[in-house]
This record gives sequence, structure tokens and C-alpha cells, in this order.
Amino acid sequence: MDLNDFSVMALWTALALYALAFIAFTFDLARRSTEVRQAADAVVPSAVARSSSTAGSEASSVRTLTVDRPTGTGGEARVTASRSPSLRVGVALTILGFVVHLAADVTRGIAAGRVPWANMYEFAMTGTLLIIGVFLVVLTREDLRFLGTFVTGLVVILLGLSWNFYVEVAPLIPALQSAWLVVHVFVASLGTAFLALGFALSVVQLVQARQERLQLELSALKMRFLATLPSADRLENLAYRVSIIGFIFWTFTLIAGAIWAESAWGRYWGWDTKEVWTFIIWVIYAGYIHARATRGWRGTRSAWLSIIGFAAVMFNFGIVNVFFKGLHAYSGL
Amino acid sequence: MTSSSDSDRGAKPQRPARSADLRGPSDRIDDPNARPELDGEAPESAARPDGPVSPKLGVVGSLRFFWRQLTSMRTAILLLLLLAIAAIPGSLVPQRSSDPNGVTQYFVDNPDLAPVLDKLQLFDVYSSAWFSAVYILLFVSLIGCIIPRTKHHFDAMRSRPPRTPARLSRLADHIEETYAGVDPDTAIAEARTLLKKSGYRVEEYDQRGVRSVSAERGYLRETGNLVFHASLVGVLVAVGIGGGFGYSGQRVVVEGQSFVNSVIDYDTINPGRFFDQDSLSPYALTLDRFDVTYETQNADAFGQPIDFTAHLTTTTPDGDTEDHSMKVNQPLRFAGTDVFLLGNGYAPTITVRDPEGTVVFTDSVPFLPQDANLTSVGVVKVPDGLEKQVGLLGFFYPTAQPLEDGAFTSTFPDLVLPMLSLNVYTGDLGIDGGVPRSVYTLNTDDMTQVAGRDSDVEAIQLLPGQSAELPNGLGSIEFGNADPDAATGDFSNSVPRFASLDIHSDPSQVWVLLFAVLVTLGLLTSLFVPRRRVWIAVHPADGPPGARDGEGADGDDEPTSGVRVEYAGLARGEDPGLAEAVEALAYRHGTALGVERP
Ligand code: HEM
Repeated sequence: MDLNDFSVMALWTALALYALAFIAFTFDLARRSTEVRQAADAVVPSAVARSSSTAGSEASSVRTLTVDRPTGTGGEARVTASRSPSLRVGVALTILGFVVHLAADVTRGIAAGRVPWANMYEFAMTGTLLIIGVFLVVLTREDLRFLGTFVTGLVVILLGLSWNFYVEVAPLIPALQSAWLVVHVFVASLGTAFLALGFALSVVQLVQARQERLQLELSALKMRFLATLPSADRLENLAYRVSIIGFIFWTFTLIAGAIWAESAWGRYWGWDTKEVWTFIIWVIYAGYIHARATRGWRGTRSAWLSIIGFAAVMFNFGIVNVFFKGLHAYSGL
Repeated sequence: MTSSSDSDRGAKPQRPARSADLRGPSDRIDDPNARPELDGEAPESAARPDGPVSPKLGVVGSLRFFWRQLTSMRTAILLLLLLAIAAIPGSLVPQRSSDPNGVTQYFVDNPDLAPVLDKLQLFDVYSSAWFSAVYILLFVSLIGCIIPRTKHHFDAMRSRPPRTPARLSRLADHIEETYAGVDPDTAIAEARTLLKKSGYRVEEYDQRGVRSVSAERGYLRETGNLVFHASLVGVLVAVGIGGGFGYSGQRVVVEGQSFVNSVIDYDTINPGRFFDQDSLSPYALTLDRFDVTYETQNADAFGQPIDFTAHLTTTTPDGDTEDHSMKVNQPLRFAGTDVFLLGNGYAPTITVRDPEGTVVFTDSVPFLPQDANLTSVGVVKVPDGLEKQVGLLGFFYPTAQPLEDGAFTSTFPDLVLPMLSLNVYTGDLGIDGGVPRSVYTLNTDDMTQVAGRDSDVEAIQLLPGQSAELPNGLGSIEFGNADPDAATGDFSNSVPRFASLDIHSDPSQVWVLLFAVLVTLGLLTSLFVPRRRVWIAVHPADGPPGARDGEGADGDDEPTSGVRVEYAGLARGEDPGLAEAVEALAYRHGTALGVERP
């Protein structure tokens, strides 16, 4: 078995681990729904909502110097979910999956004798690794474990699709032999990972906002677990914070790409299809950032922009690379 | 996070925070002092003083109204989204600027649709009237936004931090401490020192017996934001105007050939609007050798190019020569020009003689590669010297392999078994009419095929060094061998290669880069420098009970000699670290006042 065979095997293993993590995270959401129903049954419904949210804000009153209390009031969940084994199993499986995935990525790189992000298969492999990596790093700062289903689900799908792009190890063609490959593509993938997380948060935000608008009693909620998630406002703030990091990486991708294009093709910008889409994505996210600061655009509308922006990122990766003609025809297909 | 979450829910109105100087002179949303987190509860329609228009505006009034609309944040968002949408068609339809052949092909494939799209400038999206309109409007809006904000920012930097709100406890980030045995003077003095040390600008207030320090920091945030937006304008100006001072030219050079960096020696040249053609420095460039390496070990990538290296010599007008080598990602930067390696291929040496043996044509003709194994197509036109005008349409296979139907293909890009196959046409080449014709295409409308598939005679097939008679006693043709002394069967150097070079000069490039770097720096600053106001208010411990509200009434307010200190913060813009900062402030202030920590 050579290194690349090992890499392929490891990647399958990681995929399986993520799938198991997905199941555990889904289990946790189901458990949350059950708890919400129990809470709704236990007390007069509206009283639950009130009392649990005031309890939350009192925790942050005078003389408490805990650093990780929720910033600002109103961000807390209506119902506090209990500690859940399935949630911890999900995180553990994700971490394990990440380690195996990392091994797959590194061995692929060693087998190829270069960075493992030079064709579609490798972009997918490294990109998904970064999505999980960023998710795990963010988890150390914010409890976003409720996104586990979403993130592992997305990665399972992307990795599953990436087999369509599988290519054997091959050396780099001359146009790719550049230090900018290392920087430009890596930063683009890193940016994508943050934007993916922002996307996930925006989606949950939209659902949550809808639920809040309806002002349903707990027992009337369709997706009950929503009551255990942060408020739409807080989700929006979180989405914004990860998205702007993604945006900065994207800005850097754009600039690094232009510098590379200058040395490879003799012009820094030529409206090549891939350049066009990178630009479109950048502009959509600039719109998103403005929307966040504009009355009437905050909230649901800005969430839509974040979702459209990430849809464009996926389009740029999945559709433009494969079906569009242009100078970036290196996807190895 | 930001206080808007409170106000939006109506749970904790933010009134006290909205002192006059928080609002600033204008209520416009693009005004940094009117951030939505400060007035999120304002109903949308009533938000803009210039929203509902009175009927009698007058010309000036209308212009003013229009200008205010154009420079509003809402318009900026719409224009940004419009720009994103307007950019899409350019990725769906081939563009003249990046893919002229694709456009030609599109016209052939869609003869009805193409002219319509052309009318709509869809083949020149990025220079079209409508695309330009969007981005020009956007940048006018941007400039209209930057100028007043810069002025406002400049004023704000010189004004005093605002009066301390009366009811600090209404702010989301609020902490209260009671210190026994501390006198107000010390508490205030320590607060000042601490805030100053932390980079705040401070101002002391005494409002109805409550002394407080009002502090503000993070002006850099707005500075970064302004630098960011101004640099965007810089990028546009550098690209738009600066680009006009440069030129770009293309030239195909065959191994052993030279060309001079002057307008007439380029195959094509696109001078910028302000480009002075006499400013080209007239050096000569010789392609001495073009080395290629193709993968032969890895079966999965067999034939894939590994390396292209062009070996060049430059000769300046005063006779100095210099050797250079250049690769795809390593342009040659020489005498103010940048020379890029864009492509390469084969240039078989073809000689045509008349029946008497007199040479009527001889040249190494660049053949355009058609696939990864460099099956290439080229054209030879012999207008004079033979009985009729002769056109040759040639196919070159570096490693020829016959297919079942008698045609050939190439199975490897390097020269293993090079073969030239030529279809011969006679008739009118169509080059006398003054219509410019590409050297790479043969217009056979007025010609007859005399050798090749559509005629009785087979296409002429030659290996390097071989010759053949042209049909109908027209003359003869020879495929020259560039390396006649090689061992039999070694064709590795038998056919010269060509490099297609792209030569540029763009003096604005460094400016574009500079502004792009400023864009990034401005962005980082404006997104990560927190802009916040904090207050430290010192009440005598037995001070007026009205000064505090019910929150936190958990029994620590029994009268003692000492002070009760409130710490509060307000975010201006995204500021996830505010709560932590207020806590740290309270902690450090307490320490400075001598509180014992466990
Ligand atoms: C070329 C078009 C524009 C682009 C690409 C752009 C991009 C951006 C980006 C990326 C940000 C976030 C970074 C920062 O805060 O510095 C931002 C913020 C901002 N932009 Fe623009 N902008 C454009 C035009 C405008 C215009 C026309 C206006 C005025 C109407 C404007 C007003 C603002 C304001 C007020 C902010 C701060 C928002 C906040 O506090 O979060 N921008 N812009």
C-alpha cells in the first residue's frame, strides 16, 4: 500500500466518522426537542419563556466577574438544554474524524511531494478539513455545537461528492508551480471555511427569526429544538463575526490571486470566469457587511445576503471550476 | 452583543445612552454617529429626516435630495448587489477581452442570438455602458460618502468625550462595585489614570454631585474604514487612468529568432490611451533555446508538462548582451518591460520550391497547438513564384500515430516521431484585396483542394528532412530537419519550437498594489479595532438613592463611608469584547484602589 492508498483509506474513514458524528448531533437535536416539549408540558407555557430568560439576565448582574457570560441580554435560549452525552459524543467523533482527515491530507501531500491543494479532489479534501478545523477552533470560544449537524452534514456531502473528482497523484503543470499556489488557494479555502460557518449561522438565524416573529408558545413550535438555541439576534452577531473573518481572507485571496495572475499570465486582472466569480462573491459580502449597518437591512435581509454569498462560493467551486471555460482550467478533471 | 438586541426587543430601551452628541449632527444612516445599534428601535420610515419629501423642493432641493439618496447606505447596498449581478453575464458569455476566439465561435454557433447579445454589449460586459454606469454610480456614491464622513471624523477626533449618561445601569454592560474607605477624589484620579493608560481619551464630568470619567477610544476604527473606502477609489483610479500609460504587445518567437521591442515588430500591440510609442526602449530579444520537460515516469500523468524554460538573450542598443532564462511563473523584467511566457509550440521549417528548384518560400512556421499532445495546425501561403497561388493547411503531430480511419493523432507532446501532413489548395488566397487576414487561417472559399481528403490526391505526409512533389507539377515542398546530424530515428531536436511572449509595461501596477494593501490594512483596522465608550461614575456610598435603579439590588448598598462606583460601556459598531473590557476595567480599578484579591 503506498502513501496515496493510505490517504484514500484515511479519507473514507474520516467520512465515516463524520457521518457518525452527524448522527450523534442529530440525536442531540431530537433530544432538545423532547426537552422543550417536556418543559412546555411541565409549566404554563408562557411562564417558562419569561422566567428562563429573566433568570439568564440576572446571572449577569452586579459583582459577577465571569468572563464568559452571554454578552448583552436577550441572547439566551428560551429553554436551557441539559448536558447531553450525544452532543459530547458528536464533538468527540468530529475531533477524531478531523485527526484522521488531517492524516489523509498530509499523506496525500507527501505522496504528491507538494501541497495537497492543486486539483478539485484535493481542494475538496483540504477545504473540508479546514471547515471542520475552523468549526472546532471556534467551539473553543463559543458554544456552537448545535451547528454540528449542519457542519458535519455539509462536510459529508462535500467529501462524498469529491470522489467524482478523484485523480491520481500528478506533478504540477508549469503554471501552478508558484509559491502563490500555496498562499492563494490555502487562504481561499480558509476563507471558505469561515464563510461556511457564517452561512450555517445565518440559516439558523432565519429559521429562528421566523419562529420569534410568530411568537409561538413552546408547545406550538414546529422545530422544538429551536427553543434551546440562541436568539436570532445573537445568531446574527455570531454569523457576522465569523463572516467578516472569512471576508478578510477572501479579500486577501483576491489580491494574492491578482499578484499570481500577474506573474503567470502577464496581467493582474483579466475578468477570467474564475476572477469574475471571486469578485462577485467579494461584492456580495461587502453588501452583507453594509446591510448589517443599515436600518431596514439588518436581520433577515442581511442573513439572506450571507446565504446568497455562500451559495456563490459553492457555485464558484463546484460549477465554475467544472463547467465554465477559462484560464483556471487546472481543476484536474 | 450590541445593545440593539435590547432595544429591538423593547425590553430595555436605550434612551439614556442617546445623549445629544451620540446622535451627531445628522441622522443619516451612513453617519458614523447614527449607527443602528444606537437607534435600532426607531421605526424605519421615520428614520430619515429627508425621507418624506415636501412638495416644494425646487431645483437645488431636488438635487440635494437626489444626492442624499445616492450617498445613502441603502443605495450603496443596492448598487453593490447590482454590481454583483451585472458581473455575472461576463462569465456566461465569452468576452472579447479575454477570449476573442470564443466570441468568434459563439457567432458561428449562434448566428441569430449573437448579434442581439452584441447589441447589448454582452461580449464586452466589463467595458459596457451599463456595467460602467453601475460602478461609476457606486464610486460617486462612495466619494459622496467618504468626504462628509472624513470631515465629521476629523471633528469628532477633536471633540470631548460625551457627557456621562445619567442612568448607566441601563446599559447592557454595566458593573457596580462598592469600596469602603475610599474617597471619591482617589477613585476619580485612579479612573483617569487607568483609562488614559488603556488608550482612552478622557473627560471628567460632575453632574448633580455624581463625578464621573467619560472615556472614548477606537477612532482608529473609523480611520481604518475611511482608509479602506478611499483606497477603493484609489484602486479604481489607478486601474482606470494609470492603465492608460502602459501597453501590452504579443509576439511569437521561434528558436534562434530575434525581435526588437518596437511597435512594428510586435504581432499585436495594444497601447494605452496615454502611451507614447517612442518611449519603448529598443532592445532586441533572441530566443536561443526553448526547453521542455514532460512527465514520462508517472503513468497517471504521462505526457503532462513539467517544465517550460525559455533561454533568452537581450541586446541593448549600445550592444550589451545579457542571458536570461524565464518560466511560466518567472517573467523576465527588463528595461521597464515585463516579458511573460504565455504559450509554446512547434514551428516546422517548411521550404517550397518551384519546378526549377528555386526557393519561393522558406520559414519556420508556428503551428497552433490543438490539444495536450500538441497536435498542431498551421498555414503556409505562397502568393507568388508558382504557377498559381498555393495555400497549405498543415497538421503537425509531434508523436504521430495512425488512427483506424487513416487519419493521424499525436500521442505524446514531445518529438518522438514528428510528422507533418499537408492539404494543398490552389486558387485565390484572398490576400490581395487589402482585407487583413490572419496568418493562422486559410480562407479556402476561392480555392480548390488538390491534395488532401477532399481531392483525388492524398495529403502530403513528411518526416523531418523529407521532401515531396506538389500535385500538378506545381513544384516541391520540404520539411526541414533542424538537427540533421542526429542519429537515425532520433528526432528530439528536429523541429524548432516557438514561444509566445506577452510584453507589458504598466507603470500603474505598483499603485494598484499599494492601494490594495491599504484596502486590506484599512479593512483589518476597521473590523478589529473596537470603538467604544466607557464610563466610570463615582457616587458617594450614601449618595442619592434615585441614582440607581432596582437592578442588582442584592444587598450590597448599606451605607458605608466610601464610594459606589459604576462601570459601563457602550459599543460603537461590532464589539464582542466589550463586556470583557468593562469587567477588566472594574477589576483593575478595584485593584488600584487597594481591593485585596484572593
Ligand atoms: C465600492 C463600493 C464599496 C465597497 C466595496 C464597500 C465595502 C465595505 C466594507 C468591506 C466594509 C466593512 C469594513 C469597514 O468597516 O471598513 C464597509 C463598511 C462601511 N461602508 Fe462601505 N463599501 C462601498 C461603498 C460604500 C458607500 C457608497 C458608502 C456610503 C453610503 C459606504 C459606507 C460604509 C459604512 C458606513 C461602513 C461601516 C459599516 C459598519 O460600521 O459596519 N460604503 N464597506
